[in-house]
Amino acid sequence: MAKNYIKLDGTVCKGCRVCVEACPKQCIVISSEINKMGYQFAKFENPNCIGCGICFYVCPEPGTITVYKDEEEKK
Amino acid sequence: MIKHTKPNAFYDTFTRKGPGQKTTHYCPGCGHGTVHKLIAEAIDEMGIKDQVIFCNPVGCTTFLHYYFDTGHVQCPHGRAPAVATGIKRTLDDSIVISYQGDGDLAGIGMAEIVHAANRGENIAVFFVNNAIYGMTGGQMAPTTLIGQETKTTPFGRDATRDGYPIRMSELLNTLTAPVFIERCSVGNATSTLKTRKAIKKAISNQKNRKGFSFVEILSPCPINWKMNAIDSRKWLIENLEKFYEVKNFRDVDTGIKSHGRFPFLDDKELFELLEVSAANEKKAQKQLKKIGEHKVKIAGFGGQGIMSVGVLLANCGKTAEFNTTWLPSYGAEMRGGTAYASIVISDETIGSPVVDKPDVLIAMNAPSLETFENDVEKGGIIIVNSSIVPKKVTRKDVKAYYVPATEMANNLGLTAAAAVIILAFYAKLTGVFPVDVLKEVLPLSIKNKKYVEVNQRAVDAGETFFNEYKE
Repeated sequence: MAKNYIKLDGTVCKGCRVCVEACPKQCIVISSEINKMGYQFAKFENPNCIGCGICFYVCPEPGTITVYKDEEEKK
Repeated sequence: MIKHTKPNAFYDTFTRKGPGQKTTHYCPGCGHGTVHKLIAEAIDEMGIKDQVIFCNPVGCTTFLHYYFDTGHVQCPHGRAPAVATGIKRTLDDSIVISYQGDGDLAGIGMAEIVHAANRGENIAVFFVNNAIYGMTGGQMAPTTLIGQETKTTPFGRDATRDGYPIRMSELLNTLTAPVFIERCSVGNATSTLKTRKAIKKAISNQKNRKGFSFVEILSPCPINWKMNAIDSRKWLIENLEKFYEVKNFRDVDTGIKSHGRFPFLDDKELFELLEVSAANEKKAQKQLKKIGEHKVKIAGFGGQGIMSVGVLLANCGKTAEFNTTWLPSYGAEMRGGTAYASIVISDETIGSPVVDKPDVLIAMNAPSLETFENDVEKGGIIIVNSSIVPKKVTRKDVKAYYVPATEMANNLGLTAAAAVIILAFYAKLTGVFPVDVLKEVLPLSIKNKKYVEVNQRAVDAGETFFNEYKE
C-alpha cells in the first residue's frame, strides 16, 4: 500500500492548531519546540496519513503545508 | 506525487516583513490566509495569473499585493467595486477581483457594492465577513451580531442603539442583475471546500462573461473575538452560521453579458470626435512664431470683463494654433470684487495652467497693479489701464505701457470694451498672434450680437492707439 505524507514547514507555522484539530487521522501534533517567530509550531508525526489535503485547506498560511499522495517519504 | 502545495499565484517570498519571509502578516488562525489560498488555487487552475487584477480594500487585506503575484490596485476605502468597474470596462480581457472585508464592503462601501451589483458589472467580489473591524482593533462592524461584544459595544451589540446586523447576500439578492450570490464559510474543512467551489465559480463566471458574482465568506477573527483559533471556528459555526445562513442564493445563467464599455476609438476617430483634424496637428508643427511658454495674467474688478477677455485671449491663442489654458480666479466677492484670469499660450504641451510669474500683466484697476506688480517676470510687460489707475509702475526691470482704456471705451459707448482695447494693444505689442485673429474670434465670443460691432471698433481703437503710442 502506497504511503502518503505531508511536509509541514515549522519555520512558517504560527501554531494556531487548526490543522491538528482538523486532521481526521490525528497525524499532526504540536511540537514542544518554539520557532523563530515565537510560535509552538505543528509537526507531522503519525504515519496514518491518507493524503486527504484537509490540513492544507484549513491552514491559514499559504506555504506551510505540502501534501504528498502515493509516495514514500524520503527520510 | 505532490497533491497540494503553495499555489503559484502566490509570490515565493513575501517582502512585507523583510527578505526571506514566507508568512503572511495575518494573526495566527485568521481566515484570510485560507481564503487567499483558495483564490490562488482557482487562479492557478484556470491559468489566468497574468490576467488577474485585484482591487485591494482597506483593512487587514490592504496588503494583498505582498502575497499575490498578479496585478493590484489599492482602492480608496469601500470603493473597490467602483474601481473594479472602471478597470473591467477598460481592460475587457482582465479578470478583476474585488476582495473586501465587512467594514469596507458593508460599511463605508455600501453604495459602491450595491450599485456595482445592480449594474451587473462583470466582476467577482469576495466579501470576507468576520463580523468585526479587524485592522483597527475590534470595533463593531455592520455585520456584528446582536449581543456580540466588541471594543465599541462592550456590553454587546444592542439593536435599539446600534441597529441590526446587515445580511449582505440577502440584500444583494433583491437585485435583478447579479448572476451568482453565495454565502460560504471557512469554519471547517467541509465548508472550506465548498467555499473553494464557489470562488472558482465566481471567477469562471467572469471569465465566461456571465456577469456579477458575489461570494460572502464567513471567516474567523480569533484575536478580536478574543478566542483561540479552534474556539473561534466553533463560535463561527455556532453563531455566525446561525444568523448568516450558509447557502447559495442565486446561480443563474443569463447568457454572455456585453462589456458595457464604449467602443474603442483609433486616433483618427478620436480627433474627429473632438473636432480636431489631423491636418490641424500638422499645422501646429508649422507655427509662424516660436514663443515658448507665454504666461499672461489679466486682473481687475469683477464686471470689467476680465474672465471674458481671458477666454477671448485663450481662444485667439488656440486659433493661432498654440496650446492654451485659461484658469479663472474669483475673489470671495462677485461683481465689484477682485478677479483675475491666468492664460498660458505655448507651442509646447502646457504643464500647469497656474501663472505665478506672468510674462505679461494686464492691470485693469489699481489694486491689481499693486498686488501683482512684483510677480511679473524680469523683462516682462505690464499694461496698465491708466484711466482708472493713477499709480505708475515702480519697477525698473519691466516695461510699462499706459493705455487709457476705460476712457477710450466710454468714447466708443461701451465701458466693458476697455479690456478688448487693451487686448488689441497687447496683440500688437507682443505679436503672439495677429490682430486679425482677434477680429476673427471676437464675434464668436460675444453672446449679444449687437455688441459685436462696437467691440470690433474697440479692436481698431486699440490698434490705432498702439501705432501712435509714444513711451
